[in-house]
Amino acid sequence: MATDRFPIEAGHIMLFARSIGDANPIYHDADAAADTEPGRVIPPPTFVQASAQFTEGYNLRPVIGEAWFGSGKEPTGIKRESSGEGSGGTGFHAEQHYEYHAPVQAGDVLRAVDKPGKSWSREGRRGGTLQFNESITEYYNQDDVLVVTARSVGVQTSRVVE
Amino acid sequence: MPLSKSEISVGDQHSEQVVENLTRTQIIQYAGASGDYNPLHTDEIFTTQIAGYPTVFAHGMLSMGMTGKMLTNLVGDGRLTKYGVRFVAQVWPGDSLTSTATVEAIREEDGVSLVDLAVSTVNQDGAEVVKGSATARIDD
Repeated sequence: MATDRFPIEAGHIMLFARSIGDANPIYHDADAAADTEPGRVIPPPTFVQASAQFTEGYNLRPVIGEAWFGSGKEPTGIKRESSGEGSGGTGFHAEQHYEYHAPVQAGDVLRAVDKPGKSWSREGRRGGTLQFNESITEYYNQDDVLVVTARSVGVQTSRVVE
Repeated sequence: MPLSKSEISVGDQHSEQVVENLTRTQIIQYAGASGDYNPLHTDEIFTTQIAGYPTVFAHGMLSMGMTGKMLTNLVGDGRLTKYGVRFVAQVWPGDSLTSTATVEAIREEDGVSLVDLAVSTVNQDGAEVVKGSATARIDD
C-alpha cells in the first residue's frame, strides 16, 4: 500500500508491541533501549504493516461520515453484491514476507511505494476457487534508504472457509 | 543477546509459548495498533451473521507478530534480515500458540555470518497455523 508519510512514533510502537504480547523493553523504554545493540527504541519486525494507519483510502479503516460494513443497528452497514459463484467468499491474507535492509527506529519517517506483483488462481480444498494476488511494498526512510521490502499475498475465496 | 556461531548447530530448536488463551480483547488491541479494522476480527455480529463464521478470528498478522516475538527473543534485537510466513490455518479466541525456530543452516554471505531458521507456530491441538522461515545476522 502506497503511503506518503509513515512516521515511526514511539507511542505507536509501544501499542503495537503490547498488541502482539511482546514486553521487550526495546519497544517502550528509551533508557533500556540505549543499552541494547540498536541503542534506540525500534519497532518489532512486523510493525511496517501498521503503515495502513497512514495510508490514504485504506479500505479496512472506517471513513468518517461514510457507511461501514461492520455491524451497528444492523449486522452490516453495507449490503454487498454476491460474488456470482455463491456468496460468503472472503478475502484473506495468505502470505507475508519481509526483507530488512537497514535499521528502522523511533523518529524515522518512512514512505511506502508499491511495485507490481503476480496474480494466479487454483482450486482449493476448503474455499472453492482461490484467487491469489501478490503485492510488493518498498519502505524508504527520510534519507531515501530502502529499509524494508514487504511482499504480501492475498487470497480471495469463492465461499466460506470451513 | 545476539546469537553467536559457536553457540548453535544445525537442528537446534527454540520454542516459546507466544500466547495462552488468546482473548478477543488482544485481537482488538492488534486491530487498533495495526490499523486493520476488518470486522471479521472484532465484530461478532458481522462475522457470525454476515460472513458466516462461528466467531471472530485473529488477523494473520497478529499470529505473525506473536511468532516474531519468539524470533527476536532468539536472535536478538534488530538482527533479522528476512522473515516470511504462510498463514496455514485460522487462529481463534481461546487458542494457545507455541512457536518454534529450527536452525537449518549457518553460513556466510558477503563476510556476514547468518543463520537460516525454519519457523512454525502450532495451536493447542498441535495444528500448524503459521509456517515460514527467517534469516538473522549472528556473531562469529
